[in-house]
Amino acid sequence: MRCRTCGAPAAINMRQHKLALCRAHFVDWIPEQTERAIDHYRMLARDEKLLVAVSGGKDSLTLWDVLHRLGYAADGVYIDLGIDEGIGYSAKSRALCESFAAARGLALQVVSVPGVYGASIPDVAKKTLRGRRKPCSVCGLVKRHIMNRICREQGYAALATGHNLDDEAAVLLHNAMTWAGGYLVRQAPVLAATRPGLARKIKPFCRIYERETAAYALMQKIEYIYEECPYATGSSTLYYKDVLNRMEEDRPGAKLQFYLAFLQAKDQGLFAPGFSGEAELHECLQCGQPTSAPGKCAFCRLWDNPSLPPPIARRQPGEGDGG
Amino acid sequence: MLRMDAQPPKTTLIHRGKRIDVRSGSTLRDAIRKAGFSPEAVLAAKDGELITDDRILLPGEEIHLVAVISGG
Repeated sequence: MRCRTCGAPAAINMRQHKLALCRAHFVDWIPEQTERAIDHYRMLARDEKLLVAVSGGKDSLTLWDVLHRLGYAADGVYIDLGIDEGIGYSAKSRALCESFAAARGLALQVVSVPGVYGASIPDVAKKTLRGRRKPCSVCGLVKRHIMNRICREQGYAALATGHNLDDEAAVLLHNAMTWAGGYLVRQAPVLAATRPGLARKIKPFCRIYERETAAYALMQKIEYIYEECPYATGSSTLYYKDVLNRMEEDRPGAKLQFYLAFLQAKDQGLFAPGFSGEAELHECLQCGQPTSAPGKCAFCRLWDNPSLPPPIARRQPGEGDGG
Repeated sequence: MLRMDAQPPKTTLIHRGKRIDVRSGSTLRDAIRKAGFSPEAVLAAKDGELITDDRILLPGEEIHLVAVISGG
């Protein structure tokens, strides 16, 4: 198979686009497609400063690399979750983010959950009802809270995440299986900062396949954490990605069509006018972030648990202790 | 004299450190499927360079499969 652009041996074949490219043309194609998505969905203006949430995985580091190459003012934030599980998962992923940033002269903020809040995510998960049922639920809650706060407090125009097409299609299929209208109506490439205290969230890779973000990382020799998070084993996301990939094998483009047709249907009135799926939002009495119920938000209630350490350093001004 | 115990030529796929011998002469895409993986969920590399899965496998060569799907 040959590169469509130059005729050299192809390094990747994207069946959904009927497009094969060599390394040199593929690593330019990804930024072009990313820029197109940013423009198409009006994610960001050229002069806006953004924060990229990096985990040490291929998607987020690839996104940071691409945004940097495109010339965006993109700083990074890494949240150290304190996950070890015998493989030093967090330590390894943090080191990869730090070396990535250092090699490119990029600014990376590190927030250590055990250092700032006194307990790792596995500890919190074991000691709380929410976490015992679903450790990933605690992790998501903590990450969303910290990222949103940093973005707002430090004046970033938007928070960019490395969610790719496979992530989006898997979430869409999951929510469609239960017709979770509230989640479906809010699934979009851009989550606007419609309420005070909420940061704008953008997903510049929402049309890029996961296979392509991995290929870009390999071709650009971006070192990323290859091991799966120990808590992701058996996750519903992996299940739905597998189902979608089986469809993709038979019908190239099935995943992309599923997602794009959903966005189009939403634009054309899939949901009743005025249906937002959102409850009325209140201001958390402790941290001030938006919350769906009056009183404290779910994040602050999590740390009220008496079996967790006292709130010694839960929230320091400009936290980014590196601890 | 024909040796009855002659083995068909093999190519080796390597996935997360595990070595899987497959029959040479087929396409990489078919071999990936026969080894139990989805061609959509892996990338293939030979000598550190990515290759496309229409490639015909040669006897004795080793191809690394890189898992690309994560569940976070």
